[in-house]
Amino acid sequence: MKAVKLLGLVLFITGFTIFNATFFTADYRLNETILSNQFNDESKVDIFKKHTDLVDKSVGSNFDFVNGLGETFRKVNDEQLEKFGISKGEIDAIVNANNEIFSLSSLSVLGDDEIGQYKQKTFNDYGGWLDGRSFDSKEDMQAQISNVVENIKKYQIVNEKGFDQYQVKDLKYSLTKASSTGAVASNPSFFILLTYVLCILGAMLYILPKLQDGPPGIKNDGIFHSAMKNTGWLGILTGVFLIIFYIVLYFYPEYMTNWIIMVDPVSQFLKGSDAGRFFLYGFIYTLCILVMGVRMIIKYRHSKYQVIRTFSVMFFQTAFAFLIPEILLRLNQPYFDFKNIWPLDYDFFFDNELDTLLANGSLGIFMLGWGIALIIIGVPVFVYFFGKRWYCSWVCGCGGLAETLGDPYRQLSDKSLKAWKVERWMIHAVLAFAIVMTGGVLYTYWTGSSQIIGLSTYDVRSVYGAWIGAGFAGVVGTGFYPLMGNRVWCRFGCPLAAYLGIVQRFKSRFRITTNGGQCISCGNCSTYCEMGIDVRWYAQRGQNIVRSSCVGCGVCSSVCPRGVLNLENGDTEGRLNEPLLIGNDGVKMSS
Amino acid sequence: MKHIVIIGNGISGITAARHLRKQSDHDITVISAESEYFWSRTALMYIYMGHMKKEHTQPYENWFWKKNKINLIHDYVKSVNHENKKLKLDKKGDLIYDVLILATGAKPNKFGWPGQDLEGVSGMVSQQDLEYIEKYTKNIDRGVIVGGGLIGVELAEMLASRKINVSMLVREEQFWNNVLPEQEANLIGNHIKEHHVDLRLQSELKEIVADENGRVKAVLTGDGKEIPCQFVGLTAGVHPNIEMVKESGIECGRGILVNEYLETSIPNVYAIGDCAERRTPVPGRVPIEQVWYTGRMMGEVVAKTICGEKTEYLPGHWFNSAKFFDIEYQTYGRVWNKLKENESEFYWEHGSGKIAMHFIYATDTKKFLGVNSFGIRLRHETFDQWLKEEADIYTVLENLRAANFDPEFYKRYEVEVADAFNSQHSERQVSVKGKKSLLEKILG
Repeated sequence: MKAVKLLGLVLFITGFTIFNATFFTADYRLNETILSNQFNDESKVDIFKKHTDLVDKSVGSNFDFVNGLGETFRKVNDEQLEKFGISKGEIDAIVNANNEIFSLSSLSVLGDDEIGQYKQKTFNDYGGWLDGRSFDSKEDMQAQISNVVENIKKYQIVNEKGFDQYQVKDLKYSLTKASSTGAVASNPSFFILLTYVLCILGAMLYILPKLQDGPPGIKNDGIFHSAMKNTGWLGILTGVFLIIFYIVLYFYPEYMTNWIIMVDPVSQFLKGSDAGRFFLYGFIYTLCILVMGVRMIIKYRHSKYQVIRTFSVMFFQTAFAFLIPEILLRLNQPYFDFKNIWPLDYDFFFDNELDTLLANGSLGIFMLGWGIALIIIGVPVFVYFFGKRWYCSWVCGCGGLAETLGDPYRQLSDKSLKAWKVERWMIHAVLAFAIVMTGGVLYTYWTGSSQIIGLSTYDVRSVYGAWIGAGFAGVVGTGFYPLMGNRVWCRFGCPLAAYLGIVQRFKSRFRITTNGGQCISCGNCSTYCEMGIDVRWYAQRGQNIVRSSCVGCGVCSSVCPRGVLNLENGDTEGRLNEPLLIGNDGVKMSS
Repeated sequence: MKHIVIIGNGISGITAARHLRKQSDHDITVISAESEYFWSRTALMYIYMGHMKKEHTQPYENWFWKKNKINLIHDYVKSVNHENKKLKLDKKGDLIYDVLILATGAKPNKFGWPGQDLEGVSGMVSQQDLEYIEKYTKNIDRGVIVGGGLIGVELAEMLASRKINVSMLVREEQFWNNVLPEQEANLIGNHIKEHHVDLRLQSELKEIVADENGRVKAVLTGDGKEIPCQFVGLTAGVHPNIEMVKESGIECGRGILVNEYLETSIPNVYAIGDCAERRTPVPGRVPIEQVWYTGRMMGEVVAKTICGEKTEYLPGHWFNSAKFFDIEYQTYGRVWNKLKENESEFYWEHGSGKIAMHFIYATDTKKFLGVNSFGIRLRHETFDQWLKEEADIYTVLENLRAANFDPEFYKRYEVEVADAFNSQHSERQVSVKGKKSLLEKILG
């Protein structure tokens, strides 16, 4: 058995090493066809070619290639700004052509050739409102004109004649992906075999022998002696890897094109088109839940609750989060995850999402109605009957990953009172932020105005997307598994968890029942609570545990050596009981 | 305002301190030589096994004591001078008290075996024991455990978790059968063997043999066998830790003698927990009760008395629990190892040999007296109520569903238990009442 496990470990590490090696080992060869396909604008192709030495040349490193692209875009923009932008001298000339009152006619100093006309036209567009304005001094007028000129450069020229920041971001990614050559690009399926299949095989060989590790029961031996599970060097290394992975995924996808190319065949098979970065993410995410789900089931095979619950998260991730949305795309329907709920699904009410749904006939309308029904009916009704666990530890994808890939780290959550205080402020602040952000987005959707009290709703939503959607939920949420436990996002950040939690705390049949006076204060329950609830605090005083954050994973009950804790849905009366320890008949006192 | 000093920061002493604080403004000082902060002794094994770190076993965060104005002193009490109400501490000089609570706990039994103080021999009670065990079980091949009670099986589980071979010497013919009836003793014995523990029944320790450096190298058993080993755990029970108290002139038997109010022979000195011995035991109970729960209850009671409401230590119906490797055990009411007069039994065991229930009831009145449950969690509240109401065995069996405390989706055995009862008892048949679980409904 030891040999099989060792072989599994070797296979896994081999697959994982090859996977990481492919990050660095592509060759990049840019050519004119790629450029015209990606730019759709021959004039841009020409000027791009003028400033780059990347065309028809092989580059051996993604860093060099992406840097080269970035430099080329900058040079193109510099040239176009120089060419089409109004220069300092020209600003002076305009100022000198006016007295205190500015007149658009003074723009004639810009000349009448093609470029001069362009400059006049753009100034008219951006600074037309200056016509007839009077200024106290030449300096004032110059400042105002310079301002207009800068806006033209920033919003008009780079966009029309060059490449603005969004185009640069997209093009860096799509050009790199299209230019990738080498082993992975020419044979992606073979590399799936060498990486994913090898890793899965290795993981299974490592995990399945655990069936032989003695009779079914709690298997927590050595957790706090482990370099992986007790924030030792291995855990820290894993955390760093995950954090870097998420940062690249969300903010620098152009570097990971080889990984995305590798799953193109899978994407082609499922939805008939090439993979994007979020297909890759979904693919890896689902595999992690499935493989580590098998581990979870074996580890807790004595507990039917844990086994069924783990099957549930494996199913919802595979079917609802991964397969159904991709199949919908194949059928030319909107991408839709039927189990994702606003405000976790923070872009549900974004204009582009709403437009897509509304443009897709009755199915689109159904999807919109379904999503809204989950928010206003599904959440309160199901939480009333079952607690928030119906979602957080049975259905949710974030929860699914936390309960499978994250299970080895559940003991790392902070149980201090201080952490609980921080948690309550933070998670409700994110909920408020999500509501305000969504409100702003809908306001813009209905009124067409993008400003509320001086704030751009687009800015608010992009701040939310970057800091909460990507930064908190992704980088911190998963990257910090080996450092702060597997529910950092769910506990401190998830606005849906906050909403579910409010219902659970005040209107639900769910509670963890404490069994009379049987608690021995050993601390297993608190230690293994991934949400950082000090379960023992309640258990040792004979009190039921009713906490908004409890996701009902049931592990406190599983690890309790004395059968003290039980997850129950019951009569709401007596749910918030007074602490009472059964057994001491001489005294009646609250503990 | 009085100064109340508590010697010992285990569950008894700390419960007393907490309840004194809730009910009064007295100065409270807790002294412990073992550890700076209260920690749960029952979790000792989990630290060794890597399930928890020491800080996880501390039920209260470190700021708790200062916030609740409970002074903690980490020192050793050398003597008690009860005439002058003065304690002599090892490092911190003298301490004056108005009221003294002795909660000094217990120590492992040593029966004068040759070699019992060799290097590599340890009990398993204190934090110091844990450090010692940690040190002397590093990279060893075999450990021998002497005595087969709850601590013995915990120590066996600990060593097994580090892949150390374990031999367990048990004097009785079945594991822990001075407490468990034969059926359960057998069931647990089998489970211990399933975990590859070399369980040797009817086997006594004769001598612990040292190597040339004075370290354990083997044990000799009563039947003349030699077991080579590098560590010996002595877990043949514990006895009250009273040497210092005895020397101070406070009246002691096997433990510190107390009356029903937990008062010792000296006014304003109380004793609670593992170190206390009742002069007249609570009916049906032993004079020295050394379990977590009774220690806690004595702490609750003594606090009331000291705060002016003189309260008798009157525990309710007996309950206890334990875990033997993977098998959980709970008991409510009294199940003795052998049936007493006018007691009848009903024992049911699942085919797996890991799940069982043992009911005891009065032969004449059929009054339910107690249950042992293995692998099935039972609701304390429900059984306490049945015991108080003097429910009969039929009521218990018919309503067993309501007393189940297993997690959702677990297989339920109430019907099987009732069927087994019916097949053994033709005089009256029971049928299980109450709501079926979801799984029962699906599977029919």
